[in-house]
Amino acid sequence: MNIAGPYHLAWRYIVRHRAQSLLLVGALGLVLALPLAVRMLVRAAEKQMRARAESTPLVAGPKGSETDLMLGALHFRQGAGQALHLSACDEVRDSGLAEAIPLHLRFRAGDSPIVGTELEYFEFRHLKVAEGRMITRLGDCVVGAQVAREKGLHPGGAMYSSPEQVFNIAGVYPLKMRVTGVLAASGTTDDEAIFVDIKTAWLIQGLGHGHDDLVKPENSTAVLSKKDGEVVANASIRMFNEVTDANVASFHFHGDEADFPIHAMVVLPHDAKSEAILTGRYQGNKEVQLIRPKEVLEGLLGALFRIEGIVVAALALVAAAAAAVAALVFGLSFRMRQREFVTLAEVGVGQRTLFLAKAYEVALIGFGALGITTLLMGVLRALADTAIIGRLG
Amino acid sequence: MPTGLQITDLRFAYPRGEASVRVNSLEVSRGEAVALVGPSGAGKTTLLRLVAGIFEPASGGMMFDGEDLRAMTPQARRQMRLTRVGVVFQDFALMDYLTVEENLLLPLRLGAGAKADHETRARAFADRLEVGRYWNKLARELSQGEQQRVAIARALIHEPTLVLADEPTASLDGSRKMIAARLMLNDARERGATLLMVTHDPELLPLFDRVVSLEELAR
Repeated sequence: MNIAGPYHLAWRYIVRHRAQSLLLVGALGLVLALPLAVRMLVRAAEKQMRARAESTPLVAGPKGSETDLMLGALHFRQGAGQALHLSACDEVRDSGLAEAIPLHLRFRAGDSPIVGTELEYFEFRHLKVAEGRMITRLGDCVVGAQVAREKGLHPGGAMYSSPEQVFNIAGVYPLKMRVTGVLAASGTTDDEAIFVDIKTAWLIQGLGHGHDDLVKPENSTAVLSKKDGEVVANASIRMFNEVTDANVASFHFHGDEADFPIHAMVVLPHDAKSEAILTGRYQGNKEVQLIRPKEVLEGLLGALFRIEGIVVAALALVAAAAAAVAALVFGLSFRMRQREFVTLAEVGVGQRTLFLAKAYEVALIGFGALGITTLLMGVLRALADTAIIGRLG
Repeated sequence: MPTGLQITDLRFAYPRGEASVRVNSLEVSRGEAVALVGPSGAGKTTLLRLVAGIFEPASGGMMFDGEDLRAMTPQARRQMRLTRVGVVFQDFALMDYLTVEENLLLPLRLGAGAKADHETRARAFADRLEVGRYWNKLARELSQGEQQRVAIARALIHEPTLVLADEPTASLDGSRKMIAARLMLNDARERGATLLMVTHDPELLPLFDRVVSLEELAR
């Protein structure tokens, strides 16, 4: 039997009815791709989250949800906004059992988190500056690779922190931050964050500020009273919303730094014994909880996989239903074209040849759908890592 | 061994009995062109379909070139239609999503395979029937007359030994009607093929070797 003829006939039918064929190919391709895509994205997310959790031995934070604390400290997602005092960090350090890196996670610039921390954080995460230099002064920031790419930021540029409530004039004012560097891409949530010194984060929060020098004679008219070293001035005094070389000296904080807020801290025990002692020590603590991110993540992933299983099963059912619909579409199409097949039979085309022509048509559509699925999965695979990083937070 | 078409005592009735065909005796030699006439509904198309092996007679004998057509399997009959019989159907039987070229070569592509000389022959027939300029046009884009001419060309391309044509000039105007009819007759005569054509057109009848009426065949 000549097999090129039926193929030719099937191909011509598809080409000459390309709109319907493309619609069918696209629909089937998408339906096949959906469960696979969900599975792939969940696996990629799991891989990234696990790697991040495994590289972070302990995390401390305010009592509450362990998951929120883990997501906040590892992926910069701030939950209820509860905070600790910086003194909690000092307590860990003073114990001699571990190092502690504070994290201030309250603020954002647009949709990117502003992470207030110390230089040790960059060393701990092996983050390098790819362009420019590290933070050197109050008001400086370094940005993650993805933030820089998306916002078109470079060293020498600037960005504003976002106000928490637009209409609250007594609330937090935006701070104009100087971009001193762009971090090299790490393939982690760090690529999506803006890093500032923890004091800059407190500055944004309003715990510190800079203004005109009240001691200078030209500002004396603004002084309302002086008592026990406390100076009260009127509203004509300029408050700075940007730290510059000229005004940096005027910035100062009111109160004890030890009482200033942090939202989490990465705890790096010196050894296993220190880790065990620290864990035991914080078990009964009423304000601070110490968690192992890996253990918390396992619980979270367990729930995630249960949901994934349900979603994939539902999508597989949808795919099966779509396959049944496709079979129906082919069946109805062949029935509608019955006259055409009768004509071919009258011309002398054999039953096997006709069957082959129909089979080729189904196969070509099927292969087309598989091609679309493969293409979509390829694109998704290429985008998955970068797409997932930010969505974890 | 007798050559050409021999039909004896052929009987056929549609299942619901709405019409029937009866042929006591009909012989058409190789190289002979016979016009089959008769009133509408007499069964001319049915007779052609019986000869082509599309319909199965209730009784009687049909031989072509010494071969018993009734003894053939349906598959063998289809193969015969595809390779040795050229049929011009009343409804043209073209695939509307194929071009003129693809329609002309379709029986060959689905049968023994199209060769270069077949394509040359197809091109020549299409040019003589004035549809060569529509070579790459889809069948559905052609007029009735153009489709009919393509159907005529398709029936002749594979050089069949038996040509069955069901009113092949019904949709053609005067000059084109004569061109198409002459082409079929000349081609059949040159190749020594048997031609049986159903026609209502009295202008064409003088061109044939013989004119037979279905009513006479039934007597």
